[in-house]
Amino acid sequence: MSFSSDSPDLELVHRPRSGQTSLETRRYLINIIGWSLCTIAFLLVAIPMGDLILTIAVKGASAMSLKIFTTSSNGMTGGLLNAIVGTLVLSLGSLVFAVPIGVGGGVYLSEYGQNHLGAAIRFLADTLTGTPSIVLGYFAYITMVIGLGWKFSVLAGSITLAIMVVPYLARITELSLRRVPTTMREAAYALGAKDRTVALRVVLAAALPGVMTSVLLSLAISVGETAPLIYTAGWSNYLWTGRLTHAPVGYLTYVIWTFINEPSEKSHALAFAAALLVMLVVLTINVSVRFILRKRT
Amino acid sequence: MKNLTPFRLSLAGLALVIPCALISIVFFLTTYSWKAIGFNGFGFLGTINWSLGNLYANPVHQHGYLVPPGAKYGILAFIVGTLLSSFLAILFAVPISIGTAMFLAEKAPANLRTALTMIVELVAVVPSVVFGLWGIFVLVPLIAHVIGPAITATLGFIPFFNMNNSTGSGYGLLAASIVLALMITPIIATTLYDALDQVPRELRESAYALGATHFEVVTGTMLPTVRVTLIGAIVLALGRALGETMAVLMVSGGALNYLPGTLFTPISTMAAFILSQLDSALQDPSEMAVKSLAEIALVLFVITVIVNAAARLLARGTIRVIQL
Repeated sequence: MSFSSDSPDLELVHRPRSGQTSLETRRYLINIIGWSLCTIAFLLVAIPMGDLILTIAVKGASAMSLKIFTTSSNGMTGGLLNAIVGTLVLSLGSLVFAVPIGVGGGVYLSEYGQNHLGAAIRFLADTLTGTPSIVLGYFAYITMVIGLGWKFSVLAGSITLAIMVVPYLARITELSLRRVPTTMREAAYALGAKDRTVALRVVLAAALPGVMTSVLLSLAISVGETAPLIYTAGWSNYLWTGRLTHAPVGYLTYVIWTFINEPSEKSHALAFAAALLVMLVVLTINVSVRFILRKRT
Repeated sequence: MKNLTPFRLSLAGLALVIPCALISIVFFLTTYSWKAIGFNGFGFLGTINWSLGNLYANPVHQHGYLVPPGAKYGILAFIVGTLLSSFLAILFAVPISIGTAMFLAEKAPANLRTALTMIVELVAVVPSVVFGLWGIFVLVPLIAHVIGPAITATLGFIPFFNMNNSTGSGYGLLAASIVLALMITPIIATTLYDALDQVPRELRESAYALGATHFEVVTGTMLPTVRVTLIGAIVLALGRALGETMAVLMVSGGALNYLPGTLFTPISTMAAFILSQLDSALQDPSEMAVKSLAEIALVLFVITVIVNAAARLLARGTIRVIQL
């Protein structure tokens, strides 16, 4: 006997019959009204989300042109080439710092972290994911931009983004590694393999799709961030020159934030074009990751 | 001691970067803002008075600190703005999240469930600045022309709900709260959805056997078993709302030194204020303004760490690492 919510028979039980008491009618009505409210609640989330995607897609697509990809911004007009390059440099740069630390930390938590130290690191990693990004940005401003004298720069921006995504990388890596069956570890040890071989060549290799997922999600987070970059990466109308310090760099989310407050329609169009590019990256990564994960389970 | 191989130690070293990052955030924010903490005292948290002073005059000595004449740093208005917008966001988000989770777990057609759930999950990954953009273009005009007048028409006899007592631009407390509510809803909804999915089948079946309606089964027997997880998720969402920066900055209108008198009054939150004020604070040659901003960051950090730690302790292991 199944009481799954999909069985249509279930509601028949509650259909009003002749001769039912007022209590039965009331419970029947509450059932109907309650589920209607739940559906409305879902629509209150889904409709704004749909409107958001539609607004960005329509306004962003109408602002798209080849010029956006071939020229840099000039004041509040021009193209987005400098911002696109800057976002790529900052995001990929953050992965350079974050992936070794995050994945290494994740391997530690999964393989050797079943102790108090592991529990503490896990807890603090989750706490770090809840730290407001502007606090991280300000911390990076006083330590790297002022303290180390790097000024607004690619390096300061990338490291700030890396601090943001490391806890996600570590925790998702840990969860993927833990899904690898213990028997695989035991088999490797029984063949005489050492810790390093078991952890890196057996467990990490088996969990590689999960680890790649965490790297992609970190990339999506980096591409969409704004607050931690404003006082670390700054802004520049020019293409990135290749300097790691002492040179500010442009990025797409900055365009969204500032150009929308300008009166000219041209700046608004650029802001929506930038928003469309950011949303395309973020949604593509998140949707494809979900499809890959669902297929595997 | 056979566990302390170089390989394991180097992995532990990588993992320890995370606690080190947290400790250095506290350390550097505290040392950098130390002078400001001394100069501002407890009045920092309790007064509504943020003024950089006369930046063109020579700095004067006040209580042993060198500051521009007339400089005062009191952030009560921003604390109130932060708490009020987050509180309203939670107020909107909790019923909507519970309804959404119940709909997805129990009522959504089976063949659409994955797709509908994904819509809610994807709300969580939309960048904050994109929410801000949507807020400026869609939500703010909607509040100025539809929602605001409607609330004023029905509840306008209470001054707090009367839009005519504010600028009426649409930018303000309500816009910030609605955007925040939308951003935190997936956190609560997906956590609750997962938890409802884990409720033992026997519990649901025995409730049906007693003659309960489907709605009674969910609200009467399933929700009570997951209430600790639900509270944990709400606290976690509160932590997110308190620290949210870009979207709030873009739709809140930006207020300085006054408390919101109505639902439509512009506000500033601590996070948004730090971001919007650094440029002007840098004009202060005594650096007291920049250090006071660091003190705000420190206060905000302490608040969010406490809230997040509470959430993780409440709902241990039941909250998703990432909204996947």
